[in-house]
Amino acid sequence: MATLEINNLHAEVAEEGGEQILRGVDLEVASGEIHALMGPNGSGKSTTAKVIAGHPAYEVTDGEIVLELDEEDVDDIDVELSESDYRWNLLDMEPNERAALGIFLGFQYPAEIEGVTMTNFLRQAINAKHDERQELFADEADLDEAADEDEDAGYETSPMEGPADDGEIGVAEFQELLTAKMELLDMDEKFMQRYLNAGFSGGEKKQNEVLQAALLEPAIAVLDEIDSGLDIDRLQDVSEGINALRDEQGTGILQITHYQRILDYVEPDHVHVMLDGKIAKSGGAELATELEDEGYDWVREEAYEAA
Amino acid sequence: MSSEDLQDTDTEARFEFKKEQKSALKADKGLTEETIRLISDDKDEPEWMLERRLRALKQFQEMPMPTDWPGQPDLSEVDVDEIVPYIRPDVDVRAGVDDWTELPDDIKDTFDKLGIPEAEKNALSGVGAQYESEVVYQNMRDRWEEKGVIFCNMDEAVQEHEEIVREHFMTKCVPPSDNKFAALHGAIWSGGSFVYVPEDTTVDMPVQAYFRMNSEGMGQFEHTLIIAEENSEVHYIEGCSAPKYSAFNLHSGGVEVFVGEDAHVQYSTVQNWSKNTYNLNTKRAIVEENGRMEWISGSMGSKATMLYPSTILKGRGASDNHITIAFAGEGQDIDTGAKVYHNAPNTKSTIESKSISKDGGRTNYRGLVHIADGAEGSSTAVECDALMFDNESTSDTMPYMEINESNVDVAHEATVGKIGDEDIFYLQSRGLDDDDAKQMIVSGFIEPITEELPIEYAVELNRLVELEMEGSLG
Repeated sequence: MATLEINNLHAEVAEEGGEQILRGVDLEVASGEIHALMGPNGSGKSTTAKVIAGHPAYEVTDGEIVLELDEEDVDDIDVELSESDYRWNLLDMEPNERAALGIFLGFQYPAEIEGVTMTNFLRQAINAKHDERQELFADEADLDEAADEDEDAGYETSPMEGPADDGEIGVAEFQELLTAKMELLDMDEKFMQRYLNAGFSGGEKKQNEVLQAALLEPAIAVLDEIDSGLDIDRLQDVSEGINALRDEQGTGILQITHYQRILDYVEPDHVHVMLDGKIAKSGGAELATELEDEGYDWVREEAYEAA
Repeated sequence: MSSEDLQDTDTEARFEFKKEQKSALKADKGLTEETIRLISDDKDEPEWMLERRLRALKQFQEMPMPTDWPGQPDLSEVDVDEIVPYIRPDVDVRAGVDDWTELPDDIKDTFDKLGIPEAEKNALSGVGAQYESEVVYQNMRDRWEEKGVIFCNMDEAVQEHEEIVREHFMTKCVPPSDNKFAALHGAIWSGGSFVYVPEDTTVDMPVQAYFRMNSEGMGQFEHTLIIAEENSEVHYIEGCSAPKYSAFNLHSGGVEVFVGEDAHVQYSTVQNWSKNTYNLNTKRAIVEENGRMEWISGSMGSKATMLYPSTILKGRGASDNHITIAFAGEGQDIDTGAKVYHNAPNTKSTIESKSISKDGGRTNYRGLVHIADGAEGSSTAVECDALMFDNESTSDTMPYMEINESNVDVAHEATVGKIGDEDIFYLQSRGLDDDDAKQMIVSGFIEPITEELPIEYAVELNRLVELEMEGSLG
């Protein structure tokens, strides 16, 4: 079981005189939990998501983001682990290293990459994650050894055969995995030969985000407005996918949303309200209903009275 | 030697051994009539070919060096007199360079990384050693010969197929008067390929560079002549993504393609010249009624490249398709494009150009679409996309259009952009590291080219692009 701990997180736009957006965010999300993060526009929800994933456009000025792991989270790692392998300070790490440790960001506006098929992309992503994990957990002696082996390997194949396939997941195994996950999300197989998000409808892009989360099996998935732009049928498919992430993989979910609607399908264990770059109020599922009925003003009033 | 090291090695050092070769030959005279006579005599050529060479030489000497094109690459370092030692048959300068081990490390390194089998390396690298063509290729060639298909070295074609060569060689397609370097080519050309496909014949396997490895066609002034008769079809692939080391720093090839009525020719080339080379080529096709020409070019390497494959749509309903990709790194100026002349009604052309620049490199798309008065019902679509890696690199677009007919359909689109930070972040958030993310975006960007190539070439091109990028990304 993994836990994502965000303590006193302060962040600003990474440029000269950049605006401060996060002013002390505290949040904890564990495997198997579903959290909803709500709040008005500009309160810092999306920035929180991006900073967790390591977006270079933001600079963290204070606080920490820590990922705690336990035995279960590292059962794919063969080498002997030390205590420090179970506690990672994410702020020191590259976005791909965070991904390898089990952080997933579902984008509000996923990038469109022309010329790269879904199949190619997904397989490469799975293999990259596998390789990066081995590297992160291996101690330095092991790494040197691996580098030596690489050096010796060279290119033994002719160009007719293409590069040696040294990725962890083979084509057949990958196809099987993919088919299963796509059925779950009710996605058409034709998706796989299309270019990554290129020309996808808003709904297709969101389905694709959840598909990627299902394939990469993250410890914690941060989903940024995954419900925006979805019609009711797609909303149900996507919701089923999110529930399956939790139920079948034990993924912890931090779901950013403006609307109660998706919470009817993906019931949160915890609801947080963000105002002016901090968590202003936390509660159970009933808090979301209250917000739907009464808006955010009362939370603001409450927060400032307390302060 | 890693690619990263290569970036740090200056060009002087990398090509040092070439300089030693040159210094021993300073005594030789410039490019003269006598040199041309020697070449022609050595090849035992018919009189008409000698005359054509001499006429071309005269035109070359009379024409000024092109310097007035807007934004053209700097050619001031091209010294044609230095070619002489390399083309005179009586001067054996190549003798000392016939050993694989003497090639510059970067070229050897790239060969290794591309996974080129050892046996092919010598031939591909342009040194003297010969490559024994495999039996399978020979069998294929025999099978084609039964159908009347001719595929041979250009020098051999002058002897064995004299009439057809005499009619087509630098007469109506690329005359030496076309430009200064076409004239130079006409004077000193050597080697190359001759392809003749008779009526109603389809060459069902792409004619590939592998065939040419044991010919002299790996030179720098090679001439390619392709004649596809009525209703025939052929896919010709020239070159190889492996780097070609040139003894002299000028490559000036010539390509002429005749596409007959209802015929279809696809000409694909992936070339990677060593980074001291000036790559100045002239390539042209003439397409008859309802014929179809396709140019697919990947321009890698070289110090400066000026290459604009052109198509003359001569017959009604003829069509053309250009797909080009250019990659410019540090110190490189890659000026490429396409030219299409719509000289008949209902002709159609599409041009798709992709360019990548990084580390201060420059790419330029220079294109011309000319639609003649009376070419009614014709259509053209031009799309140029440029991808830049950093703020130091440049990319220009110069798409000229001359439309002299009103009843036509013209479309033009151009995009120039820096590789997107959001795109990179998206891929990184999925586990790809920074380098792999950029490589994935670039391989997607050039995918329209690679999907047109046979798989082994596509794989090589992709690997080559990866190698080119490593230095800047590592």
